[in-house]
Amino acid sequence: MSRTLMSGNEAVARGAWEAGVVVGVGYPGTPSTEVLENLVGYEGVNCQWAPNEKVAAEVAAGVSVAGARVLVTMKHVGLNVAADPLFTQAYAGVGGGLVYLVADDPSMHSSQNEQDTRNYAAAAKVPILEPSDSAEALEFVKRAFEISEHYDVPVIVRTTTRISHSKSMVEVGEREERDIPEYHKDAGRFVMMPANARVRRVDLARRLNELETCVESCPENRVEMRGTELGVITSGVAYQYVREALPDVSVLKLGMTFPFPEALVGEFAAKVERLAVVEELDPYLMLRVKALGIEVMETGLPQIGEYSPGLVAAAFGAPEPELREPITDLPPRPPLMCPGCPHRGVFYALHRLKAVVTGDIGCYTLGALPPLQAVDTCICMGASMGMAHGMELIGSAEKPVVAVIGDSTFAHSGLTGLLNMVYNGSKGTVMILDNRTTAMTGHQGNPVSGVTLAGDPAPAVDLEALVRAMGVSSVRMVNPHDPGEVYHVLKEEVAAEHLSVIVAKAPCALLVREKADPFAVDEDACVKCGRCINLGCPAISKDPQTSRAVIDATICVGCGLCVKVCKSDAIVPSGAACDIGGRWS
Amino acid sequence: MSDVTTVLLAGVGGQGTILAGDVLAKVAVAAGHDVKLSEVHGMAQRGGSVDTVVRFGPQVFSSVVDPGTVDHLIAFEIIEAARKLAFVKPSGRLVVNSRNIQPLPVLTGTLSPPVGLIAALDYERAVFLDAEELACEAGSPRSANIVLMGAASVGLPFDEEAWREVISARVPPKTVDANLKAFELGRNACEGGACEA
Ligand SMILES: Cc1ncc(C[n+]2csc(CCOP(=O)(O)OP(=O)(O)O)c2C)c(N)n1
Repeated sequence: MSRTLMSGNEAVARGAWEAGVVVGVGYPGTPSTEVLENLVGYEGVNCQWAPNEKVAAEVAAGVSVAGARVLVTMKHVGLNVAADPLFTQAYAGVGGGLVYLVADDPSMHSSQNEQDTRNYAAAAKVPILEPSDSAEALEFVKRAFEISEHYDVPVIVRTTTRISHSKSMVEVGEREERDIPEYHKDAGRFVMMPANARVRRVDLARRLNELETCVESCPENRVEMRGTELGVITSGVAYQYVREALPDVSVLKLGMTFPFPEALVGEFAAKVERLAVVEELDPYLMLRVKALGIEVMETGLPQIGEYSPGLVAAAFGAPEPELREPITDLPPRPPLMCPGCPHRGVFYALHRLKAVVTGDIGCYTLGALPPLQAVDTCICMGASMGMAHGMELIGSAEKPVVAVIGDSTFAHSGLTGLLNMVYNGSKGTVMILDNRTTAMTGHQGNPVSGVTLAGDPAPAVDLEALVRAMGVSSVRMVNPHDPGEVYHVLKEEVAAEHLSVIVAKAPCALLVREKADPFAVDEDACVKCGRCINLGCPAISKDPQTSRAVIDATICVGCGLCVKVCKSDAIVPSGAACDIGGRWS
Repeated sequence: MSDVTTVLLAGVGGQGTILAGDVLAKVAVAAGHDVKLSEVHGMAQRGGSVDTVVRFGPQVFSSVVDPGTVDHLIAFEIIEAARKLAFVKPSGRLVVNSRNIQPLPVLTGTLSPPVGLIAALDYERAVFLDAEELACEAGSPRSANIVLMGAASVGLPFDEEAWREVISARVPPKTVDANLKAFELGRNACEGGACEA
């Protein structure tokens, strides 16, 4: 046994390894991504990225039915995609232990919504564990495998951003090697046609019944009695905020929150004069406590966004700490496309075309921000093509409609959207931004880039051939670093009476190790037209005095996009690259 | 929780705040403390504001912090220093990299650049150093984050040797010498009381 500092994600990986998992599978998504990126480093575990969360969950189902322990990972919205296998696997049950690691993102640091995964556990009728630090993340994952096998059900371990991405001390142990039993067909359990499913539905009720007994006395749910004046029921990271803000109150710390431990809650409530519930996001615990007829104190704590110790302290009447006078009126610093990003040229062309752009999720969603503001919609992964088709059906947009999707997103859930356009006779235009990686989540390989999670080469999908095989007759390849070319091809294709796919292929700027020499602005030639500034490149700024463009040689990576949009040849190679070097590389 | 020390590293995505925070957390662990570190990955890392919190002491609960609770602000950039000022206790210490990275709305001329930040931070008893210049002097422009940790180290209760050990183990092998030099230059810039608030 030794103690070390680990993030929640590292601890989940460690816990899974110690539990003897044989396979780890998932789809990247902040804040869950690093679980598999760590697990792949352990001996004896086969780790893979699947094209999406549903496929990942199905691979996991297969591993489990084949008798081995398996971890499947995703971010909260990934469970929407994987919900279909989960809900029915709850009926079927498991062979080897099957654990879903699902990471929620309160405050939406890197997400499009802040749905609360605990509701899924209740809806799918599977147990859920909520660790409150890295040590618990490791322990709970190990326990989740035991519970999964003992109660014959998949188990969710739910983390949040502050668990996944916070580091704290953990106690690590050894791996438990497990024999994989011989496979025996069991169609009554694993063929979920109505006659079998009806039987398994009743059996699931029996298993849940047993779990209801388990949650009342399991070590994950514990009472910490301090005083009797105030008691707080809490779970997950909120526990830490309660301990910090209210060190003297009694706490019922719930680690397993579905099934809900009704008797334990009732006993705790009876021991304290006032009872409060502190939980991030939905009033999941609160509604269940109230349903028992127990009176709960009004704290006014929000159901939106992350908590902090200060927020909890203030809700219980603590005085505000003494503050320095803040400096106000600071310019915001939104995220932006990197210098040299191949997406920039595409959005410059789309902006020029004045197209309605149904977007998708990835770094290219940043095309929605000023100065280009070239994206009209972004709802969920894969939505771009369905939405473009829907807009085409109504035809109310005077402007051309273009769907824009990244390579990883196309493999995740774009194929069916495109198939729909082919099938239903769309004459729309689709752009696939193939930057050879899943950039937004930290550069994971995917089926289009042809790199596996372990970093090995895999067959890279030939997008052009794939799209043609699906029935798209017009497939064009363009260089995203040449916005003129992108513009002209787009212009032809939006005017054409057929469905077309344009593939813009160039590697993510962060994958390009060799930087070209930076450019500089020839002051005499610059006519202050603002074209290059409109690219939204962090290396280019507008001189507040002269209104001319200025290029910061420490940031410029020499992609040359600005040279191509400049009409007066004012952007020229600069001799001396500054000795400071790019901070953005 | 007065026996817990809170350090906030604030900067811009890509500046190396995550590695710097990791170094500090490991030094604190080596000194026998309970430690928590919190950082944000993902969207914000694409050139947005980023921060890393490191807290150490006998027992640490939360890894996130509130205004008025930070003991040491190590700002990798001036605007981010100003943005985080309200997080620092009135008695807290501010170490600020004197570099300025203007956000995109300023670069494109949509918003005007903030003025008077140095004076305002100076009034708040901030200590300034040019981490990029010292990093170049150390032989690696990318070691500015370690320069800042050198500056931070002057006010933190850890041995110089402990820092050097963790840095040597944590940075890419080829850059160990440059990073140790960067640490020393940052530390020297603040020694002799220059960095005492
Ligand atoms: C269902 C779902 N799973 C995962 C994510 C997290 N996520 C956001 S964008 C993205 C992939 C982006 O890759 P790509 O489409 O290649 O675009 P790039 O970032 O490389 O430009 C992922 C995995 C999500 N938002 N929704």
